[in-house]
Amino acid sequence: MSNVYEPVIGLEVHVQLKTQSKIFCGCSTEFGAEPNSNTCPVCLGLPGSLPVLNQKVLELGMKVGLALECTISNLIKFDRKNYFYPDLPKAYQISQFDMPVSFKGHLAIELKADDGSLNEKKIGITRAHLEEDAGKLLHEGVRDGSWVDYNRGGVPLLEIVSEPDLRSADEAFQYLTNLKSILQYLDVSDCNMEEGSLRCDANVSIRKKDDAKFGTKVEIKNMNSFRAVQKAITYEIKRQSEALNAGEKIAQETRLWNESKGQTFTMRSKEQAHDYRYFPEPDLVPFTVSKEQIQKIKNSLPELPKARMERFKKQFGLSGYDAYVLVSEKPLGDYFEVCASEKVNAKLASNWIQSELLGELNTRKVSLQDSKVKPKDLAGLVRLIENNTISGKIAKDVLPEMLETGKSAEEIVKDKGLVQVTDTKLLEEVAERVIKANPKTVEEVRSGKGQAIGFLVGQVMKETQGKANPKLINEILSKKLSS
Amino acid sequence: MELFELTLKQAKELISKNPSKESELRNSLADRVKTLDPKVKAYVNFASSQKGSEGKGALSGIPISLKDNIVTDGWETTCASKILKGFVPPYDATVVRKLKQSGAYIFGKCNMDEFAFGSSCETSCYGPSHNPWNLDYVPGGSSGGSAAAVAGNLAIAALGSDTGGSIRQPASFCGVVGLKPTYGRVSRYGLIAFGSSLDQIGPITKTVEDSAILMNVLAGHDERDSTSADVPVPDYTSFIGKDVKGLKIGLPKEYFVKGLDPEVEKAVRQSVQVFQDLGATVVEVSLPHMKYAVAVYYIVAVAEASSNLGRFDGVEYGFRAESSNLKDMYFETRDQGFGAEAKRRILLGTFVLSAGYYDAYYLKGLKVRTLIKQDFDEALKKADIILGPTAPTPPFKIGEKMNDPLSMYLSDIYTISANLAGVPAISIPCGFSSKNLPIGLQLTAKPFEEGTLFRAASAYETATKWYEKKPKL
Amino acid sequence: MSEKINIEQIAELARLNLKPAEREKLAKDLESILAYVDQLKELKTDSVPPTSHVLPLENVFRKDEVKKTDIRDRVLEHAPKRESNFFKVPKIIEGA
Repeated sequence: MSNVYEPVIGLEVHVQLKTQSKIFCGCSTEFGAEPNSNTCPVCLGLPGSLPVLNQKVLELGMKVGLALECTISNLIKFDRKNYFYPDLPKAYQISQFDMPVSFKGHLAIELKADDGSLNEKKIGITRAHLEEDAGKLLHEGVRDGSWVDYNRGGVPLLEIVSEPDLRSADEAFQYLTNLKSILQYLDVSDCNMEEGSLRCDANVSIRKKDDAKFGTKVEIKNMNSFRAVQKAITYEIKRQSEALNAGEKIAQETRLWNESKGQTFTMRSKEQAHDYRYFPEPDLVPFTVSKEQIQKIKNSLPELPKARMERFKKQFGLSGYDAYVLVSEKPLGDYFEVCASEKVNAKLASNWIQSELLGELNTRKVSLQDSKVKPKDLAGLVRLIENNTISGKIAKDVLPEMLETGKSAEEIVKDKGLVQVTDTKLLEEVAERVIKANPKTVEEVRSGKGQAIGFLVGQVMKETQGKANPKLINEILSKKLSS
Repeated sequence: MELFELTLKQAKELISKNPSKESELRNSLADRVKTLDPKVKAYVNFASSQKGSEGKGALSGIPISLKDNIVTDGWETTCASKILKGFVPPYDATVVRKLKQSGAYIFGKCNMDEFAFGSSCETSCYGPSHNPWNLDYVPGGSSGGSAAAVAGNLAIAALGSDTGGSIRQPASFCGVVGLKPTYGRVSRYGLIAFGSSLDQIGPITKTVEDSAILMNVLAGHDERDSTSADVPVPDYTSFIGKDVKGLKIGLPKEYFVKGLDPEVEKAVRQSVQVFQDLGATVVEVSLPHMKYAVAVYYIVAVAEASSNLGRFDGVEYGFRAESSNLKDMYFETRDQGFGAEAKRRILLGTFVLSAGYYDAYYLKGLKVRTLIKQDFDEALKKADIILGPTAPTPPFKIGEKMNDPLSMYLSDIYTISANLAGVPAISIPCGFSSKNLPIGLQLTAKPFEEGTLFRAASAYETATKWYEKKPKL
Repeated sequence: MSEKINIEQIAELARLNLKPAEREKLAKDLESILAYVDQLKELKTDSVPPTSHVLPLENVFRKDEVKKTDIRDRVLEHAPKRESNFFKVPKIIEGA
C-alpha cells in the first residue's frame, strides 16, 4: 500500500456503566430480560414522566474521567438531543452538550518497536460525557416492520471521544484494548461488545503525509469486536487511498462495516446532517462537584493498568512487555499477583501463565475466572519446576491433567510417578548405554556437529520415560563425550 | 342550598358530620353535569367517574375534577388532542395520588386547549367549552373546562395547569379563584408537559379558602420530580382571615397602559381602594421589561413544547396513521393528529432551536427572562404583593380571536411574567363588565409566599363577597 | 426585519407532513410572530446570564436502587400496534 497517505483516526466509544438501575429511573439494567419487562413510565417516555439522575452514574462518570486524566467539570448539566427514531421514546436523548462531566484527558498506548521494546504514545481524549441509551430495534424475522424493545432504553452510557490522534488500525486496536483494561480495573462496565455494553464507531480520514489539513472524515459503524474495528479501519484506509489515487473525492458519509464481506458500505444515500437542536434539559437541575469531592473520588481509584505495569516491572523484575501483557486484563494481572505472592520465580510464573495456562484454557474454551487451576495451584506447579522435581516438559503434561481433574500438581506427580530423575549415578549409567548404542551419532558430536547431541539426549529421555532433566542429561553427555 | 352549590370547605364539614352525604353529593353533581354540561362542555370524560373515595383524610369524600393533561391511571388522558386519543396512562400523576391519599376522588376530566396551547379553550379537539356566565363567550384557557366547571357548579373544585396564565386567566373569565403556585411548589410528575421550566399544576376553586385547603394537599417535595422544591409546606388555611394592615401593595406603572380595557381598569382600581380601606398601603413599583414578556414566552415556552411534543409519534400510544413505512407513519400521524395551534407552536419552537438561530432567539429569550425575573426580585423588595388585572379584557366571544394568533397571545400579557420568573400568583373575582361578564384581579408574591397571597386574597374576598353572585345556568 | 421561513425545512425537522393549504398560512403566522419577537433585539444582553432554571436547585439525585414497575402489559394493551411483547412499527426504509 502506498505510503503517500497518512491515516487519521478518531474513535467514539460508548460504554454502558455498571449500575443496578437505569440513569433516570429505578428500572433494572439487567441484560437479557423478557422484552419490555424492565420498563416504567420514565424510560418508556410516557407523557407526564420525568427523569431523576442516578447518583452512582455521576460517580462512575467522574471515576472514568479521572482515570483518563481528564478535567472534571465543576458545573455539569444535561441537554436534550432531539431526533426521531422508534428506539428513542421521548424523541430526544438526554445527553450532555457543552458542559460534559469530563474533558481534555489522554490515554497512553504502547507500541512495540522492532527491537521488542515498548514505546508510549499519548492519545488525546476530547471528552467523556453521560447520556441515556436507546431501546433496541429488531428487524430479523419480523414481517413487514420492526419490533421495539425498550429494556435497554435508559441504561446509563458514557461516551468517550478521542482526539483524531490515532495513525493506524493497530493503534486503534491498542487504544481499545487499553481503554477496556482501564474500564475493567475501575469495574465500571462489563465491556462486552457482544452484549453491547461496549460499542465503537470510528472516524477515518487520510491525508498526504506533509499535509497539515485533515482529509474528509468518514464515519464507520457496525463493528462488533476490536478485531472488526481493526479490519474495518484497515479496509477503509485502503478504500480511501485507492479512491484518491484514482482522482476521486471522498464523500463525507456514514458507512457500515460488513463482517462477512470484509468491506464497508454506504449507509445513507442522502447525507443529511442532523440538526439536533440541543438545549439545556429543563427537567434536570445542574450538578456541582466540589474540588474535595473530586479529590475523594481520585483517592478511591484502584491501581490502574499503567501503574500496575510499572510496579510489576519493579517488584517482580518482569520485562516491560511481559508486564504489559499481564496487566492488560485485570483478571490476568490478579491471577499473576496471587501466584507470584506464593514466592515462586515471577518470570517463570509469568511464562507459564501466558503461554501454557492461557493456551490450555483457550483450547477448552474456559475463562481464566472459571479455571479449575487457581493461582495457588499454578504456583504449586511452578515450584516443582523451580526445585527440579519435574522438568518443564513433564510439567506441560501435568497442567492439562490439573485442568481436567482439579488435582494439585504435587498429587498428580506423586500418583503418576513423574518425579524427575536427578540421580546422577543412574543417569551416568544410562548415558553410557546410549553412547555405546549410538557410535555414529557420537562420532558426529565429536567431529564438531554439536546439535547431534540432541538425539542422544532424546534417547536418554526415552530410557528414563522422560523423567530425566534434559539439562542435566546434556551436561552428563557433554562431559562424557568431551573426555 | 343544593349540594352542588357547596364550597369544598362546606362539603368537607358536611361529610365529616354525615358520611352518607358523600354519595348524595356525588349524585347531585353527576345529575347536574348530565343535564347542563352538554351546554357548557366543561368535561371531556365523565362516564368513568362513579368510583368513590378510597382513603380518609383532609379531603374525605370530596370530588375533584382534573384538567385532561393530568394523567389518571386507567382513565384515558388526551390533552384534548386527537393524537392522544386512546392513551390510557398506567400510572397516576403525583397530585392524583396525593388527592386519593387524602380521601378525595377524581370526578371527571375537563376540557382544555389542545396541549394547553391557548387562552380560550377553543383549540380543543372536542370543541370549545362555554363560559357559564354567557354561553356565547369563551371561558378562557387553557384550563377553560376546569374553570367553567367550578363556575357553573359542575364541580366542587378542580385542578388546572398554568404555563403562561392558563389557570389564572380562565379563573378571571369565569369569576372563580385560580392559583398558580411557585415553580417547584407542586410536583409536575404526571403533568403532560408543555413548557417544562414554566408549568405548574394549581387549584381552581369557588373561594380562596378552598384553594388553601387544596394547596395543603398538593404542595410538597416529590422525589420523582427533579425540579420540585424541598421547602416545607405551611398550613395555608392559617393565612385565611388574617388582616392586611400594613401590607405593601405594589402597582406596576407598566400595567396601566393602552390596551387595558377601561372596565377592567376601573374594577382593578376599585379593588386597590378596597385594600387601602382595609389598611394596606400602596407603593409604586416598576416592571420595566414587562412588554417583552410575551415575546420571551413565545420563544422559550414553544421551544420546550416543540421538544416535549416530539414523543407523540404513534409508536407506543395514542393515534397512529396507517402507513406502509416508518417515515410516512411519523409525518402523517403528526400532521393528522395535531391541531393548527399545536402545529404553529411546534414549528415555531423547532425553528428557534434550529442551527443558526439558537443564539438569536432561544438564548436571547433566556437572557431576557433573567431581566424579567430580576424585575420581580426588585419590585417584591419594595412591595409584599404586586396587584394588577389578570387579563387585559373581559371574556371575548367564541371565535372572535381565532384568526389572529398574535392577538390571542397578547391576552396573556399580565399573567405570562409570573411563569417566566417562577413566582406565585392568584386570580380572584373583582367585578363584572357591563355585559355581566367576570373581571379578575391578579395578586403576585415572592417565591413560596402563597401564604401572603391567601392572606391578601381572603381579606379582599371577605370585604367584597363577589363569590355570592353565580351564573344562571 | 422579518425572518424568511423555510417552512418545508422546519416541517421536515418536526416530522409534520403539512398539506399545501396549511403550509402557506402557517408560514405567514410564523413570520408575523417572529416579527413580533424580534423586538427583543432592542435589549442589550451581552453580559446577562441566561435563565434555564428559575429555581436555584442543584444536585437532585436518586439512589442506585432497583424499583420494579409492572406496567408492560397495560402499556402494550393500548399500543397502536403490538406483536407479542413488542411494539410494532412499519418498515424502516432509508432516509427515515
